Amino acid sequence: MDLLYHIFVDPFGQMAAAPDLLVQTLWEGLVSGVLYALIALGFVLIFKASGVFNFAQGIMVVFAALTLVGLHQKGVPAFVALVLTILVMLALAYAVERLVLKPLVNQPDIILFMATFGLTYFLIGLGQLMFGGEPKVMIANELYLPKGSYDIKMLGGFVSFQKIDIAAAVIASIMVATLAVFFQHTRIGRALRAVADSHKAALSVGISLEQIWVVVWFTAGIVALATGIMWGARSQVEFSLQIIALKALPVLILGGFTSIPGAIVGGIIIGVGEKLGEFYWGPLMGSGIESWLAYVIALIFLLFRPQGLFGERLIERI
Amino acid sequence: MLYREAGQFKSSYGSDMAIFPLRQDRIGLAVILLVAFVVIPLSMSSFTLNSLMIPILVFSLATIGLNILTGYTGLISLGTGAFMGVGAYATYKLTTYFPEVNIIVLIIASGLIAAAVGVVFGLPSLRIKGFYLAVATLAAQFFLSWCFIRVPWLYNHNVSAAIEVPTRGLFGVPITGPNASPVTRYYVVLVIVVAMTWFASNLVHGRIGRMWMAVRDMDIAAELIGIRLYQTKLLAFAVSSFYCGVAGALMVFLWLGAAEFESFNINESFLILFMVIIGGLGSLIGSFMGAAFIWGLPVILRAAPETFAIPIHAATVEQLQFMIVGALIIFFLVVEPHGLARLWQLAKQKLRVWPYPY
Repeated sequence: MDLLYHIFVDPFGQMAAAPDLLVQTLWEGLVSGVLYALIALGFVLIFKASGVFNFAQGIMVVFAALTLVGLHQKGVPAFVALVLTILVMLALAYAVERLVLKPLVNQPDIILFMATFGLTYFLIGLGQLMFGGEPKVMIANELYLPKGSYDIKMLGGFVSFQKIDIAAAVIASIMVATLAVFFQHTRIGRALRAVADSHKAALSVGISLEQIWVVVWFTAGIVALATGIMWGARSQVEFSLQIIALKALPVLILGGFTSIPGAIVGGIIIGVGEKLGEFYWGPLMGSGIESWLAYVIALIFLLFRPQGLFGERLIERI
Repeated sequence: MLYREAGQFKSSYGSDMAIFPLRQDRIGLAVILLVAFVVIPLSMSSFTLNSLMIPILVFSLATIGLNILTGYTGLISLGTGAFMGVGAYATYKLTTYFPEVNIIVLIIASGLIAAAVGVVFGLPSLRIKGFYLAVATLAAQFFLSWCFIRVPWLYNHNVSAAIEVPTRGLFGVPITGPNASPVTRYYVVLVIVVAMTWFASNLVHGRIGRMWMAVRDMDIAAELIGIRLYQTKLLAFAVSSFYCGVAGALMVFLWLGAAEFESFNINESFLILFMVIIGGLGSLIGSFMGAAFIWGLPVILRAAPETFAIPIHAATVEQLQFMIVGALIIFFLVVEPHGLARLWQLAKQKLRVWPYPY
């Protein structure tokens, strides 16, 4: 009885008693949700266009941020470093297309999935070799990212909004809008969608798969760079981010593997659910439930809607 | 010339269906077993046994477990590390509750506990498949790792939050704990691994194995020909987790000697998955090759600079190792997506017609 009270009544009582805390928690959840969504976006882009489940998206985030900071540490001005990092991501996209995707065309999904594992290991080694393995501070000031926070008085308390979080949300929205326009209204965007529908049909109308793959991996690299900058500015640039990036997987499940809006909505649901769960229900079972709550939310969700919120329903034929 | 079946006639259905139909294969197996049981313990130092042979055997067992699930039944799992952890922690708890029971019995029993846990986390596989299932098994991985830290009962309220292996013996010889010699531990692991491989081989070549493979190749078609999907998938989860659980218990009790939750994190799961893929999906011999390759490669890479006296920093070696392993995985997938097992098959085919290929 006591347990039921602590699960079903007490947390809501706490929420009603301190609405300012609730708003703060919701905001925190929203921001981390946006960041999950950004990582998930990278996954979705690549999955849509090449059917590859890109496990390396997490390390691409770390690698991009690391390259940026590393170059700056070597004395390159911040914005030059930014341009150089974008070029590095382009080179990476080319290399992946040449060395990984092209030789593995037509292989089963799991083989391509494993190849991105190999890529992950390679990038971990390369990143550490070039820039060292220790955590680094993101060059937020040099990139004119805002610092500090707005403290707003509301609901009988103060709620603080970090400026960098607001910037992250704004940049994420801009990026999603740009991508949506790019996908819907440009020539390459249409080609991307064609490739996503069917590789063979796209080839037969003269779309170059190689070019599309480079574009897609490059776009995912840019998304990774933006995510890396935002995440790095909130905490640090370090390799453990790569594990946190696995949080994007439940997001994908919620949203469906092929849907960009799904990635955003899923990200926010996971982010908010996780923070609320940790804050209000966490103390019940010893803290740290954040590490698995997202997966369990996704799992429960899957039992009711296996294709995700916005995913396409799969019809199987024999 | 040597490897040829000419003159070996099959006169019964049984001999036609034998797993090793060629006499040369049977001799080869006998030689491998002889080397494993006699030559290796006699010739290798206890350091090599402990750091190379025992881990390869333990990981082979885990790889066979994951191979049953991923290679034979086609269900991707990223929770192998956690299931190994279940086996290890269950053995630890059982040794505290039943100190007088034989440790081998306890290890097998904890395999059964791991199997039960595996079935629970396999339940979503009834509704979902492919990468969605992989994410569902990630839930198992993170939830169980969390349990290994946050439930003090699992490690007997130890301050260090680690499990330490008590000394237990078999026929008066200590086989676990600090007093057990590497050779004894090697023999125990070897016997268990050989017995369980034999069991797995019978399983995958029999009716159950065919059901698993039918589900892997196309589950709807399998259902239409009368295979009950639920039971088949859950059985695969149970058997797979049983193997992983035993491997985890062996890993802690007969190899590491102590462990904490970090030993069973997500990287462990990935490591086993690498072994499965590199070795070859759906191949028992490939499981051994994959384990030996993935475990042996870093050992060789670490030894190489010393052998050739290349002045190189230890950290750089570590980073290079990551890069080389990553690049090799991609290389192997490009050259032979079906893994080392397929290479072995091709080599056997070549040997069969050698030296007159036409």
